[in-house]
Amino acid sequence: MPTNDITLTVNGERHDLSLDTRTSLLDALRERLDLTGAKKGCDHGQCGACTVLLDGRRVNSCLVLAVAHDGAEITTIEGLAEPDGELHPLQTAFVEHDAFQCGYCTPGQICSAVGMLAEAAAGWPSVVTEDLVADATDPAALSDGEIRERMSGNLCRCGAYAHIVPAIADVAGRR
Amino acid sequence: MSAVGSLAIGTPTDRVEGREKVTGAARYAFEQLPGDHAYAWLVQSEIASGEILSLDASPALAQEGVVAVAWAGNAPRVAEVDDRELSVLQSRTISYRGQIVAVVVAESLETAREAAAHVRIDYEVRDHEVVLDEHDPAIYDPGTVNAGYPSESVQGDVARALARADAAVDVTYRTPAFHNNAMEPHATVALWDGDDLTLYDSNQGASTVRDTLAQVFELEPEQVRVISPHVGGGFGSKGTPRPHVVVAALAARMTGRPVKLAITRQQMFAFTGYRTPTIQRLRLGASGDGQLTAIVHEALQQSSRLREFTEQTAVATRMMYAAPNRRTAHRLARLDVPTPSWMRAPGEAPGMYALESALDELAVELAIDPVELRIRNEPPLDPERGIPFSSRGLVACLRLGAERFGWAERDPTPGVRREGDWLVGTGVAASTYPAYRSPATATARAEGDGSFVVRIAASDIGTGGRTTLTLIAADALDQPAARVTVEIGDSALPRAGLAGGSMGTASWGTAVTLACRALVERIEALGGHVPADGLEAHADSSDEVRATDQGYSRHAYGAQFAEVRVDAVTGEARVSRLLGIFAAGRIINPTTARSQFLGGMTMGLSMALLEESVMDREFGDYLNHDLAGYHVASHADVGELEADWIEELDDHLNPMGSKGIGEIGIVGTAAAIGNAVFHATGRRVRELPLRLDRLLAT
Repeated sequence: MPTNDITLTVNGERHDLSLDTRTSLLDALRERLDLTGAKKGCDHGQCGACTVLLDGRRVNSCLVLAVAHDGAEITTIEGLAEPDGELHPLQTAFVEHDAFQCGYCTPGQICSAVGMLAEAAAGWPSVVTEDLVADATDPAALSDGEIRERMSGNLCRCGAYAHIVPAIADVAGRR
Repeated sequence: MSAVGSLAIGTPTDRVEGREKVTGAARYAFEQLPGDHAYAWLVQSEIASGEILSLDASPALAQEGVVAVAWAGNAPRVAEVDDRELSVLQSRTISYRGQIVAVVVAESLETAREAAAHVRIDYEVRDHEVVLDEHDPAIYDPGTVNAGYPSESVQGDVARALARADAAVDVTYRTPAFHNNAMEPHATVALWDGDDLTLYDSNQGASTVRDTLAQVFELEPEQVRVISPHVGGGFGSKGTPRPHVVVAALAARMTGRPVKLAITRQQMFAFTGYRTPTIQRLRLGASGDGQLTAIVHEALQQSSRLREFTEQTAVATRMMYAAPNRRTAHRLARLDVPTPSWMRAPGEAPGMYALESALDELAVELAIDPVELRIRNEPPLDPERGIPFSSRGLVACLRLGAERFGWAERDPTPGVRREGDWLVGTGVAASTYPAYRSPATATARAEGDGSFVVRIAASDIGTGGRTTLTLIAADALDQPAARVTVEIGDSALPRAGLAGGSMGTASWGTAVTLACRALVERIEALGGHVPADGLEAHADSSDEVRATDQGYSRHAYGAQFAEVRVDAVTGEARVSRLLGIFAAGRIINPTTARSQFLGGMTMGLSMALLEESVMDREFGDYLNHDLAGYHVASHADVGELEADWIEELDDHLNPMGSKGIGEIGIVGTAAAIGNAVFHATGRRVRELPLRLDRLLAT
């Protein structure tokens, strides 16, 4: 089977990997690097459980072929907390709001929220943004409707949405 | 047994495994790397009925890295058990499309997956019937439905009562097949050590999986260990082991390697269970003042050729409302389809959808407010069994919900509230779910350092069970919760029943309380001194559960209120507001309880507006078998949602005074939403989901 040698920097740590070219980034993380925080919920980019940050942007890692991203920098749920163990504000907010039940979609929700708040801070509109001209760079100004729309790629079958949205709104507002 | 003193119980408490779940440290079944492991990929039948004539594995085996291919022609024999879905790779007969017919084991996931596509199978194809049809001549009375209820019950003379009723409705409601779709697909890692089998498995009860797999492989239960610390949801579909668990163990035995097997989202639509489609006829009769005189609820459902599985759809109708004349009945069609299985509130979810929708139609017919109609038909005793309710908070839930929701200002006229293109309406429905309990065992241990460990093979599939058991143990030990650790999710722990039937906490909590009290007695017998090497007590709740007073009818209740907006142009329906008020005994952990209620309501919203598994009549499989085709509610579908409960003291339940809360949240939601859609539009859609084409149809 064809393999490629690539380098991935994951959560600040460099990994040299020889990978089957068919390997998704998700499977490389889970089966090769034993970083199982990113979850496989559908393997088709339909649920968001595998969301990680690839060069700072949120992606469904099941849809990313690892060998196409030689040299990339990746942040997974395992890399969000501070080295001293202090949780990322979104992680803390998810615990405090009980914004999860089974926990399987949670790493994807949190990574997605990190990416989403950065998109909002960069002024990216969403399909429900009413005024595209107005200053949209303040995440604190995101309405619940904006958060719901921007997070809709991340399914939660336990139905924790009613707690995820306020958890994200809390963190957006604190910044 | 009286209720335990309340210190920890009732205190809002964050999940004890919360940090693990938000940091990615919590390991689920597939997340094991034993080192010399191989990967399995399943091959599924491409016909719905027939026989395998031949299977050619050689093109798959020719792929570099393929270790083995197993099918009925070469797999080791296993014992037959009650669930014939578990007799996997044992027969060439095909009972449904998507049935497991072979497994490929390879060095990598990628190779296993590709090689599976190279397995060539020739079939003898038989005609199939896969669509539930009320005119099917083979429909029969199964005699008994799930949970052991008789399929029929009759009281009084319904024909006479219906003929004499001042108002009556005769309506048929249809629900489609629904798939559980937990976020974590079923997965198993199987390892043999001689004749001892270890399974890292995603399930709702490690003891159950252990016992079943021991039967299948003809082992003593002690030879099988099932480890399941974290489970990514189940909603019933992981209640009993699915066939892939057997395949993983077979593949590991054949190859002499640890085998990792995760099924795909698509495969979950074939062999991990689903809720049967239903066709339900409801006939209600009432006097002019709104007293129900007759209730008839008949439910037609499907099962597979392999196994009779009859959802108890009309059973809740037997105790919901007072009516002297009543009949409930279930009928079953056996089709060339996968076996249906448990899905959140089996029976109550589809049955109460139909009953509560029909009741709304009757309220319109009578021109009586639907909250008031329900209150007028509150039964003093369980109408079928003639025994008192241990507690019944339905009326209190309806009243509190109506007040919070602003129901009093509601104009009942349908189709008259318009905001731009949006037609706005509100609806109400009742919820119920039985309060069961099953035997369990537990140990409680005091350590010399003042800490306590409670061990029980319970399961936390997202319910918050680990946290609630910690609170229950803390109170029974009279200790702060911080000193108590609860170990669950491993069949090596004291035997316990499933996280299912909303009876996990009641069942496990009883055993945990007994163990903790026994430990306290042991400590007291030693003058309050715990030896340096600790002290332990074991408890088995069988006697206590067996002694449960059968003279009470035990159920949780709720009332759900929905506000919907339906686009007059496109027919799109949105739920703008949903309020659920529940009466479920003592709420042990308000934090996780609220999440349970809201989660159930969210799934109910999803059931009302989005979900349906569409059977392909020609090919016999569910066409929309992924999360792009089968829509579950997403963030954008869920608006303002609120769940709350009334204080309810009930001494006839268990030491905690609690009722199960995992399922009741989905019961009644779809009816409340459908009733609101009628109020908004004047259209009564009697089939789920409430799709825009149905709302636009005249």
